[in-house]
Amino acid sequence: MTVKELAEHFGLKILAGENSLDRPVSGGYTCDLLSWAVARLPADAAWLTVMGNINAIAVASLKDAACIILTDSAPLDIPALEKARELSFPVLLSEQDSFTLGARIEGLLY
Amino acid sequence: MSNTLSFDYIVPGDDFTRAGEASSDVKHKLKKIGYDSDAIRRVAIAMYEGEINMVIHAGGGKVHVEISPEKIEMVLSDNGPGIEDVALAMREGYSTAPDKVRALGFGAGMGLPNMKKSTDVMEISTKVGVGTTLHMTVYAKR
Repeated sequence: MTVKELAEHFGLKILAGENSLDRPVSGGYTCDLLSWAVARLPADAAWLTVMGNINAIAVASLKDAACIILTDSAPLDIPALEKARELSFPVLLSEQDSFTLGARIEGLLY
Repeated sequence: MSNTLSFDYIVPGDDFTRAGEASSDVKHKLKKIGYDSDAIRRVAIAMYEGEINMVIHAGGGKVHVEISPEKIEMVLSDNGPGIEDVALAMREGYSTAPDKVRALGFGAGMGLPNMKKSTDVMEISTKVGVGTTLHMTVYAKR
């Protein structure tokens, strides 16, 4: 599954990284503590979080995550948006909370 | 002739927007060289945490990285306040980070433990009021 397919399937809004939507998604991860995610976020995962700041983008990119999905309609701040655009890193938005969306993605992926 | 590449970075203090630039750059360089991917992953974690620590606690600092076929060595040094109790700082969940840092998603007390886990060798020299220097080594094959 690609980021694009994931976005289409769940009706996720694409906030950044339109040119990188062909990235493969092989799993998911949910966490709002960046220090925790730095150590544990798997590569190629869709990262579900409410942390829409520039450091979340840095962590996701550093860990080669497939995309960030901001859940609960959490805001993406301007520096984070600019960084995501600069890195062409996909950031998606969902109205659902991390648990609900995560369970749905899990059902689709495995 | 040596097979070692070395790089130096300045980590600006109190600037969370630029934290992670050095680790990101080293990661890209290692990928380009075709370095062992597990070693790259571990170096990226250790360096990122080190950078964040310097931004949060020390008003920035310097990073020196040496890459050889066998290992990657990182020296992170700052002129910050130093660490009063290293054993306590090494404990998961212990943090002295201020609230504004926690609001960004940091300050979970995972930094130093993450660095220790990700590296093969980690040595801390610190003096209160003078600063902290961390030497970390990641071997290409564990």
